[in-house]
Amino acid sequence: MISQMNSSLIDFTLHLADTNLILAQRNAEWCGHGPILEQDIAITNISLDLIGQSRNFYQYAATLIGNDATEDSLAYLRTEREFKNCLLVEQPNGDWAQTILRQFFFSAYQFLLYEKLQHSTDEQIAAIAAKALKEVTYQQRWSSEWVVRLGDGTEESHERMLKAIDELWRYTGEMFLPADYEIAAGYDVSLLQADWMKKVTAVFEEATLPVPEKVFMQTGGKTGTHTEHLGFILTDLQYLQRTYPGAEW
Amino acid sequence: MVIASNISTKEIWEILEQVTDPEVPVLTITDLGIVRDVKLNGDEVEVIITPTYTGCPAMDMIAMNIKLALIENGYTKIKITSVLAPAWTTDWMTEDGKRKLKEYGIAAPHSTKWSDDPSYHFVECPQCNSTNTRLISEFGSTACKALYQCNDCKEPFDYFKCH
Repeated sequence: MISQMNSSLIDFTLHLADTNLILAQRNAEWCGHGPILEQDIAITNISLDLIGQSRNFYQYAATLIGNDATEDSLAYLRTEREFKNCLLVEQPNGDWAQTILRQFFFSAYQFLLYEKLQHSTDEQIAAIAAKALKEVTYQQRWSSEWVVRLGDGTEESHERMLKAIDELWRYTGEMFLPADYEIAAGYDVSLLQADWMKKVTAVFEEATLPVPEKVFMQTGGKTGTHTEHLGFILTDLQYLQRTYPGAEW
Repeated sequence: MVIASNISTKEIWEILEQVTDPEVPVLTITDLGIVRDVKLNGDEVEVIITPTYTGCPAMDMIAMNIKLALIENGYTKIKITSVLAPAWTTDWMTEDGKRKLKEYGIAAPHSTKWSDDPSYHFVECPQCNSTNTRLISEFGSTACKALYQCNDCKEPFDYFKCH
C-alpha cells in the first residue's frame, strides 16, 4: 500500500518527469527546422538532456509505484489529466523568440530547483538533480545569451521578444505556486521565486527588455488541468504505443 | 567457460580497456572514466558504470558492448549497474585519453570547473595549437561537445566540454 508520504513523493517525481518530457518533446519539434544548423543542434541537444532527465525521474517513479509500472508506461500510457507538467512547457514553439524565452524562463527556474534538490534527503532525487544541474547550467547560459541577442538585437527581434513575453509571462507564476504534493513531499518551490526574478531582471536589463507588471497567472498544470495544447502533444508522443501496444524496436 | 575461482577483477578491467565509446571511437570507456567499479559476486561479474550526460544515447550501446566484450572472453553471468552519484565529470578522463582526443582532432576538456571567467573560453586548436579560437556553438555534434573554430588556421573543431 502506498503511504501518504510516498504518494506525494510519487506525484512530485512524476511532475518533474512530465515537465522535462513535455519540454523535450516541444524542443524536439525544432529538429530539422532550426534557424541555423548550430542552433538546430543546440535545441535538440537540450531536448536530449531533458529526455534523459525525464527518464531518470520516470524510472524512479516506477520503482516507487511498483506493480507493473515502467518508465514507458508512465510516459506513454497516462492521460492528459494525469500529466503534472507546468503549463509553461506545453506552450507552442511559436517563433524562435518564443522558444528561446520559454527555455530561458524554464532553465532559470530549473537551475534553482536542482540546486536545492541536489541536497534533498531523498538520495535518488538528489543524485538525478546533481547530475542534471551541470547540463542545466549550459542550458541557462545558452538561453540567457539568446535572450540578450534577440532583445538587444534588431528592431524586429526586439519586437518578437516583446510578443513572446506577452505570450508566456502568464505561465511563469505557476512554477512557484507549490501543489499540495510538493508541500507534502517537503519541496516548497515558492522559495525559489525571488532568485528567479533576480535572474530574469538581470538578463532582461541586459537585453533591454521590460519586466512585466504583475498580471493574473494561469495555473493548473501541476494538478492535471492543462491548456488545450497538451492533448495534441500527447497525441503525437503516445501515438505509437496507443496504436501498437507494446511495440518495440 | 570461466571458472569462478579463476576470475580476477584485473582481467575484467583489461577487457573493459578495449571497449570504445561509440561516439568517440578513439576513447575507451576506461579513458572516459565511465567505469566506476568492477565487482565479483560469486561467478557473476558486475560492472558499475555512470552516464556522461543524462540523455547520452550512447549509454545503452556502451552497456551492450561491455556485455559483448565479456561474453567474447568467456564470461556468462554479467550484470551492468548504472549509478548517477557521484556525477560524472571530465576530470575523470585519463591523460592518455586527452592525448588521444587531441590526436583525433577534438580539443580536450579543461581540468577546471565551469566558470564565468572569460579565460574558460580559451580553447586550444587541436590542429595548429593556436589559442586564438572562438566558440561557434555551446552545443556540438554530441551532448558532450561544443563547436569551435580556429581564427588562425580557420579549421572548425569540436571541443570536449569540461563538465
